[in-house]
Amino acid sequence: MSFPWAEQYTPKHPVMQWVDEKLPLPRLVYNAVGAGYPVPRNLNYFWNFGVLAGLALMIQIVTGIIMAMHYGANTAVAFATVEQTMRDVNAGWLMRYAHATGASFFFIVVYLHIFRGLYFGSYKAPREMVWLLGLVIFLLMMATAFMGYVLPWGQMSYWGAKVITGLFGAIPVVGEPIQTWLLGGFAPGNASLNRFFSLHFLLPFVIAAVVILHIWALHIPGSSNPTGVEVKGPQDTVPFHPYYTAKDGFGAGVFLILFAILLFYAPNYLGHPDNYIEANPLSTPAHIVPEWYFWPFYAILRAFTVDFFFVPAKLLGVLAMFASILLLFFLPWLDTSAVRSGSYRPTFRKFFWILIIDVLILGYCGGAPAAEPYVMISQVAAAYYFAHFLIILPLISRFEKPLPLPNSITEAVLAKYGKTDGEPVAVPAE
Amino acid sequence: MAIVEHMESEGATVSGGSGSDGVRRRDFINIAAVSFAGVGAVAVVVPLIDQMNPSADVLALASTEVDLSSIQPGQAIKTTFRSQPLFVRHLTDKEIAEADKVDIASLRDPQTLEQRTVDGKKQWLITMGVCTHLGCVPLGAGEGENRGEFGGYFCPCHGSSYDTAARIRKGPAPKNLEVPKYSFTSDTAILVG
Repeated sequence: MSFPWAEQYTPKHPVMQWVDEKLPLPRLVYNAVGAGYPVPRNLNYFWNFGVLAGLALMIQIVTGIIMAMHYGANTAVAFATVEQTMRDVNAGWLMRYAHATGASFFFIVVYLHIFRGLYFGSYKAPREMVWLLGLVIFLLMMATAFMGYVLPWGQMSYWGAKVITGLFGAIPVVGEPIQTWLLGGFAPGNASLNRFFSLHFLLPFVIAAVVILHIWALHIPGSSNPTGVEVKGPQDTVPFHPYYTAKDGFGAGVFLILFAILLFYAPNYLGHPDNYIEANPLSTPAHIVPEWYFWPFYAILRAFTVDFFFVPAKLLGVLAMFASILLLFFLPWLDTSAVRSGSYRPTFRKFFWILIIDVLILGYCGGAPAAEPYVMISQVAAAYYFAHFLIILPLISRFEKPLPLPNSITEAVLAKYGKTDGEPVAVPAE
Repeated sequence: MAIVEHMESEGATVSGGSGSDGVRRRDFINIAAVSFAGVGAVAVVVPLIDQMNPSADVLALASTEVDLSSIQPGQAIKTTFRSQPLFVRHLTDKEIAEADKVDIASLRDPQTLEQRTVDGKKQWLITMGVCTHLGCVPLGAGEGENRGEFGGYFCPCHGSSYDTAARIRKGPAPKNLEVPKYSFTSDTAILVG
């Protein structure tokens, strides 16, 4: 679907006309990411991160398939083949560092993409499905990243796998059989490594498929925009190509420069040195930490230290960690304010920034050792995280008095550049 | 021709049809076919899921023999059982007394040292070396390792402390270190599993 004023695909070359009659794939592309997709004219750079996430996914798939060509999914050789890739394979070091750094960059852009969605209310009607599918992608990414981290079979790989599959062991009665089933043994071993490799190879393509659904769902109402006011007429939009292909191209350039800086000058900055020690089931690293992108959730997991009635602390931590993500699936119905954009919601905006700081604090505590004062800080921060979504947000939505919204996107844009002169911008503009 | 007429008449009479209860033969065939396909699908899913359970070669390594003769009182060794660490500890009289002194009611996972050892072999404490919190290997079995404030084992990951009967005393772990099934094959040897 698109707006009625969207530009129409009209192939001029006879070959393209012939293809269009048989299989209108070029037409589909034209309408999805070409001139046939009208987009609000006022998108800022925060709207780059969807395309950048797609770019990061492509980098991961390409470098990942190459890594798989040199990898041996067997506990006897896994660690050695990764080292061999690094030292002996032509440009192997580049592929591996690009894949490892690329995973971090994928999460960076996705977190900024989620940040954009939270601030500008992109999750609200009529785009709930876009938000829900985005969360599915996020969950798939977390599963993929976790299994990928196990493959080099270093100390953090092994103990990370043990701790994370141990989470399922916390489930009453069926927990332990599930854990054994997931690992294919009583501890991470060859069976675990093989299935993680198989699934780590599969899931990125599942992610790519859900990305297509995510974009499909987005293109039904069309993209949101920084004012949160819906498109009212042709003067509010510009064609995706060349306007946003150019803007996204610029963003991609900045992204790739930052990516290259980390990749070439500090490829291990976001990693953990213990993962360069081969897995040893008899020796636990002094301080097991997941990769940085899991830290906020890890802090919530560890925040529960006392039993509550009959529920053991371990199970509470596991439930809270999963709940912290599942909660986001209900966000479109927890925030009932009719105003989308945080720019027009003064109270929401304040609490939004407190939430961001709260998540950063959780992230810091998740990377720190499980000792005081970090445990206590995690407990307060985790409580606030849940309070934000379950109490504060619904209350703000009810009592907040939003700022006056512009009548249209065009009015907001022209007002910004002082061109309105009090003259209302009507539909037949330009 | 006769068949066509029969089908038409069946479709037209909604409540009549082939019986007074309104059930058509076609409904029965539909339900029977879909049910049969469903049973078939479930039968296919079972092996697809079960292949992920431990394979025969993993299960074949499910028991371990340990020679106790060289372990002196106060010492412990770390070995493996089902590819997980196993702690075998020779308790001193002082450690046994400390474990017995504890008020069972005050424990998170109430068990006496007797319940956790074999009759008459109270000095042999055999437990998994897997913290019941999230599966780290606690310290305390090796020479000079931190045994925590209760003199048993100490998990460095999240700070769980176990006493000399390997019972949880402090920290996030919910249970005592697991005692696997084992039996003495002689005075100085055990078979675990």
